[in-house]
Amino acid sequence: MNKGMIKVEEKLFQNRYRVDAGRPHIQITNPEVCTVACKEKPCTFCCPAACYTQEGDGRVTLITDGCLECGTCRIICTEHQNVEWEYPRGGYGILFKFG
Amino acid sequence: MAEKFDAIVVGAGPAGNAAAYTLAKSGLKVLQLERGEYPGSKNVQGAILYSDALEQIIPDFREDAPLERHLIEQRIWVLDDESYVGTHYRSNEFNKPPYNRYTIIRAQFDKWFSKKVQDAGALLICETTVRELLLDGERVIGVRTDREGGSIYADIVILADGVNSLLAKKAGFHPELKPRDVALAVKEIHFLPEATLESRFNVKADEGVVIEMAGKITRGMVGTGFLYTNRESLTLGVGCLLSDFKKMGISPYSLLERMKAHPAIAPLIEGGEMKEYCAHLIPEGGYNAMPPLFGDGWMIVGDAGMFVNSVHREGSNLAMTTGRLAAETVIDLAAAGMAMSKKNLVVYRHKLDATFVMKDLKKYKNMPAILEKNQQFFTEYPELLNRSAHALVTVDGVDKKTKEREIRKSFVAKRSPFGLLSDAWKLWRAFE
Repeated sequence: MNKGMIKVEEKLFQNRYRVDAGRPHIQITNPEVCTVACKEKPCTFCCPAACYTQEGDGRVTLITDGCLECGTCRIICTEHQNVEWEYPRGGYGILFKFG
Repeated sequence: MAEKFDAIVVGAGPAGNAAAYTLAKSGLKVLQLERGEYPGSKNVQGAILYSDALEQIIPDFREDAPLERHLIEQRIWVLDDESYVGTHYRSNEFNKPPYNRYTIIRAQFDKWFSKKVQDAGALLICETTVRELLLDGERVIGVRTDREGGSIYADIVILADGVNSLLAKKAGFHPELKPRDVALAVKEIHFLPEATLESRFNVKADEGVVIEMAGKITRGMVGTGFLYTNRESLTLGVGCLLSDFKKMGISPYSLLERMKAHPAIAPLIEGGEMKEYCAHLIPEGGYNAMPPLFGDGWMIVGDAGMFVNSVHREGSNLAMTTGRLAAETVIDLAAAGMAMSKKNLVVYRHKLDATFVMKDLKKYKNMPAILEKNQQFFTEYPELLNRSAHALVTVDGVDKKTKEREIRKSFVAKRSPFGLLSDAWKLWRAFE
């Protein structure tokens, strides 16, 4: 897992972003649901930018800075529907140089 | 002071640009909204451009469109962990203009297409995210953007907002996508000197190669890999059903890393400089998963409408064609002074039915369900094929008849006689 994390950070380092500081476009609706109700926590391994991390105490934390805006986390969370997902404000977020 | 347009197009990808261009060229007052800094900055594709769909919109596109290489060779590989069995089709006919397929880089291509849209008279506003559709009862009357005083009105809103299609969802036109109806694809672009790339793929200037891959690179998940040659870079990636990623507990970037390390792939990308990593969902649910495509004051085009032929890896051509057909529907209704009502917009559906778009989607409507339930097509068969090829080409003193018997036995052992028959039947049904 750790090895995967390091690799994806190296990948994201090549990308251009305009981060909307302090205004994350995705939020976990109820963190309790992730900790208690969700056993598999698929967001922590399906997110292609590894924005979701499972902490030692079972909590799931989300940092959207590296988000590729694909929609994966919202769609895989259909059982718990615990992801509030919007696009970033106009002009913010990932800026693909090649796409 | 709310402004009113004949049409609002949300999104500046291939579907939105095709729609906005066609509408603007006919003289209608068109507003196009794009959330990226420039058109293309939010868009991800492999990417291959299919000339035919664009020719219908901009016949002389080859004069100034940013095209990378025209494709002269198609490779299809079935891989196991050590090897691949494949077919290569290369023809000099693909070297005779007008060329049929090109590799493109979407950030550049979308910018070019958008310039054409603006030249045709559409007003493009970038860095503007549409937050929701404005409704009057059932009827869509405009959009609300994230800009101050950001409500804008139009007779028709064309939703070209991509696979996630949040707007139609928020308006209640269709439910959330299911994990089995989308593939998650990740890809990288690697830069190499043109001469290196050309000798490595045995092509001359402007000529390109496509490799489509299936087999154990997806570790049993329904999906494929690809490698495309651009002018001085190559794009490679892998995509699988999101439901399979979830079930298997595999991360997409580790899958990509494994694919890059495959002994048949690693030498092709060796020495390249990776300059971008992208991820994107591809709507692969097919015909049976399509949302409603129009209603009072709104239409859906491109990925937002699940217009992807996943079997043939086609999407951008369906996007452009649906964008054009939606626009032509609007132009005809406007000319006749008819309302943009659900009843009148049914013409869009008729137009879609008459083209390759719906014909192809209908043809493969059973494919997603068949592949989803039959992992063997992505695990056991690739391995059996590769082991068989290995046995046949290895000269080791064993007679050929014995080798053939061993191969037959290995297939039966893995799948049973009934399993083999049933798999053949399923594939025949899927491609019928």
